[in-house]
Amino acid sequence: MNYLHLVVTSLTGLLLFLGSVDMPNTGDPKSAPAVHVSPRYIEDSLEETAVPNMVTAVLADYRGFDTLGEAAVVFTGAMAVLLILRTRREEQ
Amino acid sequence: MKDVATSTIVKVVCRRLVPFVQIFGLYVIMHGHSSPGGGFQGGVILASSFMLLVLSDGLETVQRRFSVAMVTIATSTGVLLYAGVGVLCLLLGANYLDYSVLPSAEPRSLGMLVIEVGVGITVTGALVSIFYDLLSFE
Repeated sequence: MNYLHLVVTSLTGLLLFLGSVDMPNTGDPKSAPAVHVSPRYIEDSLEETAVPNMVTAVLADYRGFDTLGEAAVVFTGAMAVLLILRTRREEQ
Repeated sequence: MKDVATSTIVKVVCRRLVPFVQIFGLYVIMHGHSSPGGGFQGGVILASSFMLLVLSDGLETVQRRFSVAMVTIATSTGVLLYAGVGVLCLLLGANYLDYSVLPSAEPRSLGMLVIEVGVGITVTGALVSIFYDLLSFE
């Protein structure tokens, strides 16, 4: 059974590694995100959102759905700790 | 960790520091728009102020003011607030989390402020909740 876990983990790692080969190089000015998305954020975000902090504009507006997921992850983490530690205390 | 800090230095420094840390945390949350910061960072700073208070005054004193139930409610309220803004946008006739329909002169800025506050409440609640759980675990 443990060998099965090892095989599954290795295969997943291999897949992720193979996927990372196709990623653009760091700082490549001709990569897809640097050509399409970034100029739009840099040029239009202040006009569109009236927020001077571009990072916040991307995080909370353009990528608002992603940040909702992040907040949910933080919430889930707290609930997991709560469930594990508090139920154990009641068992004792 | 039921006992309170015995060192006068720890006690005084923690108590004096807490209001400033909390004001700074609120500032970081509210000014996420125009300066580096936002809900996650400000929430962590706010939560650290409660940890300082636990160091100086003990867990029970802090829990009398900011009870376990309140912390849990705060943790879920933040996410609810965030998702609620999304639903409000839906009700006003736009896409989920499309703030441009909110009733304000700068609607997208307002929407971002509200969700940053929501994230701040969640992060504060989550960290304090985990801190309480770890401290009371025996």
